[in-house]
Amino acid sequence: MNALNNPALAWRVQRTTTSSTIGLSLLGLSLLVLFSAPFWADRASLRLVVEFAYYLALAQMWNLLAGYAGMVSVGQQAFVGLGGYLLFMLASQFGVPPLFAVLLSGVLVALLAIPTALIVFRLRGAYFAIGTWVVAEVFRLGLAQMSSLGGGSGQSLPAAIVRQIGNDRDGRETLIYFTALAIAIAAVAVVFFLLSSRQGLALASIRDSEPASGSLGVDTFRTKLMVYVLAAGCTGVVGALIFLQKLRISPDAAFNLQDWTAVVIFIVIIGGIGTLEGPLIGTLIYFALRGCLAQYGAVYMIILGVVAVVMMLKAPQGVWGLINERLGWQVFPMQRKLSARD
Amino acid sequence: MSNQKSLLSIEKLCAGYGDFQALFDISLTLEQGETVAIIGSNGAGKSTFLRSLAGLIKNQPGAVTFKGQAIGDLAANQVLERGIALVPEGRKLFPSLSVEENLLIGAYSKRPGPWTLARIYQLFPVLEKLRKRPGTALSGGQQQMVAIGRGLMANPHLLLCDEISLGLAPTTIKDIYAALPSIKADGTTVILVEQDINQALSVCDRFYCFQEGRVSLTGRPGDADKAQIKAAYFGI
Amino acid sequence: MEWLNTLLQGMLLGGLYAMFAVGLSLMFGIMRLVNIAHGDFIVLASYLALMVVNHLGFSPLASLLVVVPLMFCFGYLLQRLLLNRTLGTDILPPLLVTFGLSIIVQNLLLEFFSADSQKLSQGDLEVASVGFGGLNVGVMPLIVFASALLIIAGLQLLFYKTSVGRAFRATSDDQRTARLMGVNNAHIFGWAMALAMAVVSIAGVFLAIRTSFDPTVGPARLLYGFEAVIIGGLGSLWGTLAGGVILGVAQALGAKIDPGWQILAGHLVFLLILVVRPRGLFPRSVD
Repeated sequence: MNALNNPALAWRVQRTTTSSTIGLSLLGLSLLVLFSAPFWADRASLRLVVEFAYYLALAQMWNLLAGYAGMVSVGQQAFVGLGGYLLFMLASQFGVPPLFAVLLSGVLVALLAIPTALIVFRLRGAYFAIGTWVVAEVFRLGLAQMSSLGGGSGQSLPAAIVRQIGNDRDGRETLIYFTALAIAIAAVAVVFFLLSSRQGLALASIRDSEPASGSLGVDTFRTKLMVYVLAAGCTGVVGALIFLQKLRISPDAAFNLQDWTAVVIFIVIIGGIGTLEGPLIGTLIYFALRGCLAQYGAVYMIILGVVAVVMMLKAPQGVWGLINERLGWQVFPMQRKLSARD
Repeated sequence: MSNQKSLLSIEKLCAGYGDFQALFDISLTLEQGETVAIIGSNGAGKSTFLRSLAGLIKNQPGAVTFKGQAIGDLAANQVLERGIALVPEGRKLFPSLSVEENLLIGAYSKRPGPWTLARIYQLFPVLEKLRKRPGTALSGGQQQMVAIGRGLMANPHLLLCDEISLGLAPTTIKDIYAALPSIKADGTTVILVEQDINQALSVCDRFYCFQEGRVSLTGRPGDADKAQIKAAYFGI
Repeated sequence: MEWLNTLLQGMLLGGLYAMFAVGLSLMFGIMRLVNIAHGDFIVLASYLALMVVNHLGFSPLASLLVVVPLMFCFGYLLQRLLLNRTLGTDILPPLLVTFGLSIIVQNLLLEFFSADSQKLSQGDLEVASVGFGGLNVGVMPLIVFASALLIIAGLQLLFYKTSVGRAFRATSDDQRTARLMGVNNAHIFGWAMALAMAVVSIAGVFLAIRTSFDPTVGPARLLYGFEAVIIGGLGSLWGTLAGGVILGVAQALGAKIDPGWQILAGHLVFLLILVVRPRGLFPRSVD
């Protein structure tokens, strides 16, 4: 008599653990604190939280692509920049209300990502990565040629549009603050629900072995396309928000590899690739490092790079990966554990 | 038994792939100049054994002693330098290299000895005509000849042959085995892994039978009877 | 006639791009390694040449005598001490480590040399030109193209006529079986990277003579080299030369239409070829 043929035992899949309950509660508490922040925090701190929020969202998306779908992209800055430019176009040339324009930009970026995917999917592995970079460069150079969008030096958001966001500076900053938080929470939620779904299982199987999952009936091309477009769209929304806050856009700022890709990649590597908690931890570590080293200028990029390289060699699972291995903690109830119902 | 030290001594060799253990405490010895056959069904661990000897699978240093030295933990290229060459299962010729280049790379380690390109062509005359062809653009039997020649070019003390008759027609197999006496004539010791029991027993001095990762029978071809071998082979 | 001139300029520029690409081709062919820091190493070589020129008083071309051996050794050590650890079945480690290296090198150069534009001057040779058939061709571009031809011919010789070359090709086919022949993979990979860095350093010096450079121009060079490899087709060095030439011509024609279109034209031609001929124009049939 064993587990397989004992009719008295029934099985259920358990997702939550003690640590995830604690972790989620802590997260919820932090969110409550953050929601109240505009009433007691200073402007600089609010801006810091906004920046944290958009790096977290970008990191979740890059992690979704690379850590879960096995697609390493060094060209996500394409979608950041596109999101920013589409926002400016929609708001100033089509009169779309700014916040709605942020969302619409994301949708449009997602649509633009489809033909992009059809081209870059012809490449694999590291060549795919560089291909995405070429695409980003094409967007950057192409947009720099369009004088209606400010050409090489870019453009500022017209004052009338700025006032649409809010009548005074504090009002605008508060609106952008809450939008940023909403986007970050949405990004995490999107990844969480995707991975918990059937599609998530398909993704995991593709990451482990594309041919094997294909032979089991997983439509690898469609799944990868869906994830790529989803990540692009969300990245576009973040890009739109970033430049809505900056009030100014230029090709070099919009498609900057170091700002939108290098930092994001380092965040995910250090935090823990392939985990939901990793990008969160990574973003925290990044801001801590930046705070300590900002005074040294470009050196902090060198240190960040060295830390990332060392992590990749010695602890490729990242900081959260190490914590998870040693202590078995999880914050988001992701694991599927089989337990007996008695 | 002779009182000189064995050429090769395996002691309690365990090997596997990840979580899967393929060999359990294999022990055997080999004398200079012997031809030993290892027979057994699919999955018995024969190829794993040869790969462990060749250094493709890492073991405890003391598990494999060759010419008095512990080599169990050496990498494949170091094992070759000590004088053990593997003719791998499936031939594994290099597609980017011509037949002649495949033979030449066998001599990469520049070990001294009687085997040269000319002698390989003497042993397998058909290869000389095909020498400029890409290594994999040959028939199975011809590829096997190249693979054996490639192994010989390293002038090994010990030649390991992994299923050289696999996928070949009976006449081709006979042709290839006909080359064995020339190989042995120089004193090269040979370990043959074979699924074809008759072929293996007809050329070997001694044999070992593997069954599910263990030695189930050993002896001289003349001593063991068919029933015994069948039992040891299938484990029934 | 002007268009013919443009075509010729593009072809010669292609020689430089082919040089960028050869290193990438080598590394990928033998080790399946794509080095994202490739372009930054080209720029590193340019800065090394700058230091040699400034501190030792050599001419830029003469600085090759110092820069090439230095980068050769650097490549071997880089591979054996760092990059060999990243090689395996997972594509993430080599990609991310070389990406990290790219950022590190760029910022190190920024710290040591500042963001100022630099250029190496080869004096009269830079502006000298030869005329034939009504066309005016610069001597430097001719030298660069000829060097690209020599490098590729030399590498072909190495690969097909020497024992080490056989080992390279065998390792590129089947690493495991190559080890059975006595090939020490770690060592061979070191040599491959050393060779790639030697070619990179030649390209870096020529780049520095041809145009101004600063710490941030590396990535663009990686992209050109990568595009030349893909256009030409994986696995063939002469194909890589063809890829470089096509890219160079595309850029030259683009520049002729409008200076701002130079680089964009190259990228667009690359994407077009990727869509129409994903395996490149002259791929090796075996792979």
